[in-house]
Amino acid sequence: MLLKIEKRAEYSKSMVYLTPIIALVLTVLTSIVLFESLGVNPIEALYQFFIAPLDTQYEFSELFVKATPLILCAIGLSVGFRANVWNIGAEGQLTMGAIVGSSLFIYFPETDSVFLLPAMIIMGALGGAAWAAIPAFFKTRFNANEILTSLMLVYVALLLLSLLIHGPWRDPAGFNFPESQTFSESADMPILISGTRMHFGTLLALFAVFGAWIMMARTLIGFQIKVIGEAPRAGGYAGFSQKKIIWFTLLFAGALSGIAGLSEVSGPIDQVVPSISPGYGFTAIIVAFLGRLHPVGIFFAGLLMALTYLGGETAQINLGLPVAVTGVFQGMVLFFLLACDVLVHYRFRLNIARKATS
Amino acid sequence: MSGFDWIVPVILTVITAATPLVFAGIGELVTEKSGVLNLGVEGMMLVGAVSGFITALVTGNYFLAVCAAAFAGAVMAFLFGVLTLSLMANQVATGLALTLFGVGLSALMGQEFVGEPISALNKLNIAGLSDLPFIGPILFAQDALVYLSFAMVAIVSWFLYKTKAGLVLRAVGDSHDAAHSIGYPVIAIRYLAVMFGGAMSGIGGAYLSLAYTPMWAENMTAGRGWIALALIVFATWKPGLVLVGAYMFGGITILQLHAQAAGLNVPSQVLSMLPYLATIIVLVLISKDESRIRKHAPACIGKIFHPAA
Amino acid sequence: MSGNEGVTPQLELRGITKAYPGCLANDHIDLKIMPGEIHALLGENGAGKSTLVKIIYGVLQADEGDIIWAGAPVSIANPHSARKTGIGMVFQHFSLFEAMTVTENIALGMSGRQNMKALEQNIIEVSNSYGLPLEPNRQVHTLSVGEKQRIEIVRCLLQKPKLLIMDEPTSVLTPQEAEKMFETLRRLSEEGVSILYISHKLDEIKALCHKATILRGGKYISECDPTQETAKSLAEMMIGTNLQAPEHHETSKKGPIRLKVRNLSIDADVEFGINLSAINFDVRGGEILGIAGVAGNGQIELLAALSGETTCRDAETIALDDKAVGQLGPNSRRDLGLAFVPEDRLGHGSVPEMMLTENAFLSGFRRMSLLNGGFINNGGTSDYASDIVQKFDVRTPGIYHTANSLSGGNLQKFIVGREVLQQPNVIIVAHPTWGVDAGAAAFIHQTLIDLAENGAAVLVVSQDLDELFAISDRIAVIAEGRLSVGRELSEITIEEIGLLMGGTHGMGETEGVSDVA
Repeated sequence: MLLKIEKRAEYSKSMVYLTPIIALVLTVLTSIVLFESLGVNPIEALYQFFIAPLDTQYEFSELFVKATPLILCAIGLSVGFRANVWNIGAEGQLTMGAIVGSSLFIYFPETDSVFLLPAMIIMGALGGAAWAAIPAFFKTRFNANEILTSLMLVYVALLLLSLLIHGPWRDPAGFNFPESQTFSESADMPILISGTRMHFGTLLALFAVFGAWIMMARTLIGFQIKVIGEAPRAGGYAGFSQKKIIWFTLLFAGALSGIAGLSEVSGPIDQVVPSISPGYGFTAIIVAFLGRLHPVGIFFAGLLMALTYLGGETAQINLGLPVAVTGVFQGMVLFFLLACDVLVHYRFRLNIARKATS
Repeated sequence: MSGFDWIVPVILTVITAATPLVFAGIGELVTEKSGVLNLGVEGMMLVGAVSGFITALVTGNYFLAVCAAAFAGAVMAFLFGVLTLSLMANQVATGLALTLFGVGLSALMGQEFVGEPISALNKLNIAGLSDLPFIGPILFAQDALVYLSFAMVAIVSWFLYKTKAGLVLRAVGDSHDAAHSIGYPVIAIRYLAVMFGGAMSGIGGAYLSLAYTPMWAENMTAGRGWIALALIVFATWKPGLVLVGAYMFGGITILQLHAQAAGLNVPSQVLSMLPYLATIIVLVLISKDESRIRKHAPACIGKIFHPAA
Repeated sequence: MSGNEGVTPQLELRGITKAYPGCLANDHIDLKIMPGEIHALLGENGAGKSTLVKIIYGVLQADEGDIIWAGAPVSIANPHSARKTGIGMVFQHFSLFEAMTVTENIALGMSGRQNMKALEQNIIEVSNSYGLPLEPNRQVHTLSVGEKQRIEIVRCLLQKPKLLIMDEPTSVLTPQEAEKMFETLRRLSEEGVSILYISHKLDEIKALCHKATILRGGKYISECDPTQETAKSLAEMMIGTNLQAPEHHETSKKGPIRLKVRNLSIDADVEFGINLSAINFDVRGGEILGIAGVAGNGQIELLAALSGETTCRDAETIALDDKAVGQLGPNSRRDLGLAFVPEDRLGHGSVPEMMLTENAFLSGFRRMSLLNGGFINNGGTSDYASDIVQKFDVRTPGIYHTANSLSGGNLQKFIVGREVLQQPNVIIVAHPTWGVDAGAAAFIHQTLIDLAENGAAVLVVSQDLDELFAISDRIAVIAEGRLSVGRELSEITIEEIGLLMGGTHGMGETEGVSDVA
């Protein structure tokens, strides 16, 4: 081997910030090849993907509409990932949040109390947290791998949603479409800027970013999460409970994902439908990593991934590119990021040994 | 006899439902035995499924289709290897990335082919034997991939426990540092194991798009890759038990389909939840005995190997 | 014996050089080993011994220099080719596979294919003829450390090596087991096998070796005949300065009992752990109690029970200053004045990728009051970390660097300092100077002695008998999860301790030492 990988004495702080940018550049370069092979002018495609969606104020606000659920889910997931708790079921927790939160409106559609929406948000958070509590219980009590249990529960939650919407929750006046009735004003997320769809959920997401930042940087619980993730035995030595952290991180992520789900149904969607999310819960995994598991990073990564959703739609309309390009693009970003991360802990060095190794 | 007419078709469908899990499970088992945890099975299966389907549609040659699926799965696994083995990326995160990437890539590759029908993979017809009552259709009239899946289980068992190369592979999974200091090429061995796992996942995916439901649909694996991962825990890393587990899950899937067809008064969504709920329950029951898992799991699983000096 | 001029050396090294980033591990090292010679490679931790033998065994490649084997230059690309050449090696940290059988382990260490049945027969014959009995079908994790080492030796012997490299082989053995191993080595030497024996234990080198090559700081220092040297002169060559023994304190002034352990029994919760059975001891203020024992005899379980990482069923089992703490976790025990230095510095005593400030906070946040209503007091934490760095002479570019950027000795000083500055009443220290350079080791020893003189109770668990004899007032021995009665230093000899370390099975026989759960 001519090139040798060498462990750095200490991880490189500049590389922590540089690698997401390198990964993005590599993704863009690769997607130029991809667009060429799809028979589309790459410059035009990149323009449609990244510039065109931000043309107007309305479109700019759409960026925040799409980024809101991504950021909420990713903040929750990132805290778990810091503690080596691999909850990948945010999509299911989001769905349960939407179900439990909107149940208040579904069963009390006439209510016009100002407390309806706050109650729905709280119920959404509880619904998501309850769904995440299942893997937490199985992990702490029975040592069952949370990756697999949380993922299986995504399918269960989606089927539960389908069951409700094809059955009891179907709008009687809805021509038999699998949809609930549209939400009343008191169950709707308030719009922040009139003429756009930007809603109160975005403020909740910003609050989550700020709160998680403080929590991870300055509080004991944040410190415990980091220690348990980096060195569980050192955590035991310091008297931190691993089980407590598993519970905390899963409930935290579940609650935020639940709020994300609720703010989708009572925000842009305005009713319960069979498909609430185009995979926000999974894309949030990418957002969390691309944001370096840091709340501020996640904020920007969330906007970027939201842009790829919008760009995917624009490119489909204007260039006839398949929507699936968005998924490939998102997958590639994460791939390149993980590949570049080697630079944080290692450096490359030319091997100039006198004797050739075998 | 006539009262039991339903048995043969049920068993036949169980076999088709179990076969993709057998392939994906046995491949991932070899990967994990070498000490690598590849959570990208779902992604590799999807890319295998779409590659196999397109090849079959374009060439009409199913042998070529299966080869293409295996190759595509192995290429995906190779990417995973580059990241985790050469660039020492976290295996859990990379596995997730592989799945997310595979979902997108397969959707992109297959978008022009959604809904296009092809004929299902041929069942073999062994003169005389296939026509035997009961055992004929079950034992002697399956498609070639079903036989291959059984053969792979036998070959992998033999390889792991009866050959020196298999011993070395297990040794690498047990202690990569010891294997390295004795002089075994840890990284190279793991690359091979990971790519074998990818190829098998690819074939497992292709079984879905060529035989189980001969067509391509986005996300058609529907979590089977993840179920295959759970199977390995269930099987405590033993090839024979992977086979048993795959047939158990195949059975649950089919039971659920037949119950729906029989018009059982339970919403179809509840029945569809069964395989996922069963996976969770099985995982919980098996994992409960922590020491048993620890005893059988390869000691180095998921750990990054960097020769210190 | 040595002095056979005119005979071709079995192995000769000329000018071997190996550089790592920031350090020259081997700097033009020469070495000559005659056939049948037992040759010691002597040096401190970090002197370059391990690098040199890894080069000989093909695990590493030298940057410069030549290897001459029986008169002809060779290149050893990897361990396979080393074995083919006739070189066998017994590693300090065994290269064994715990989940596999003895036979499988030996097959893995041999090149080419083996007939397992024939190999089993071969193992039985060779192991018996050299007095190294082994059961081929046992799983490695069920064996004692001594037995594991036998596997490594038999694995080498089966390939009929001309040169056998032994890396710190006695560090895991009782004195009696070590003596048995020496007999095997002497017999091999008589049969013409050369042995390269790596150690920093002077007595055993004097007793066993014909020649010694001394390394210091990666450089060749000298070659000598160890039988003609005193332990002191060897040590001075090895360390390069005059040795300073720690200043001993008065043993007369002993305070009240500060740590009391009664009838401590714990079932190991992990597969290969050791059960503790009915452990009793006291440590008084002003006293240092040393606990000796071969690794894997219950030390890990005992330390976890004392620190609170595992709790006891009965609160009365452990008492700190007469307060029953058996059911309390680590933090509550710290509040009562307990401090703890774990064996594993990186990953247990510290978080490798965290800064020194964060690692100071890790165990100090309660006793040093670094928390204000759930929020971390950053200023106080940095002051505390700076204090540790200053008072304990921790060499680091700054407190905002990570723990894993420190050398072993400096990190150990940091961790000891962190615990000592919390002014503990009782401190438990595991392997305080393992892998630490002589300067840091002396400093740490002195710190512990000073702490005891100021009234703290000090418990030291170590494998290093020299260390325990240098600093302890009393010594007890742990074997198979049982603890012997602590005896005053003046009343006990190394031989007696050795017998106790071997456990109830006595002389060197350690069959089934571990109570496998």
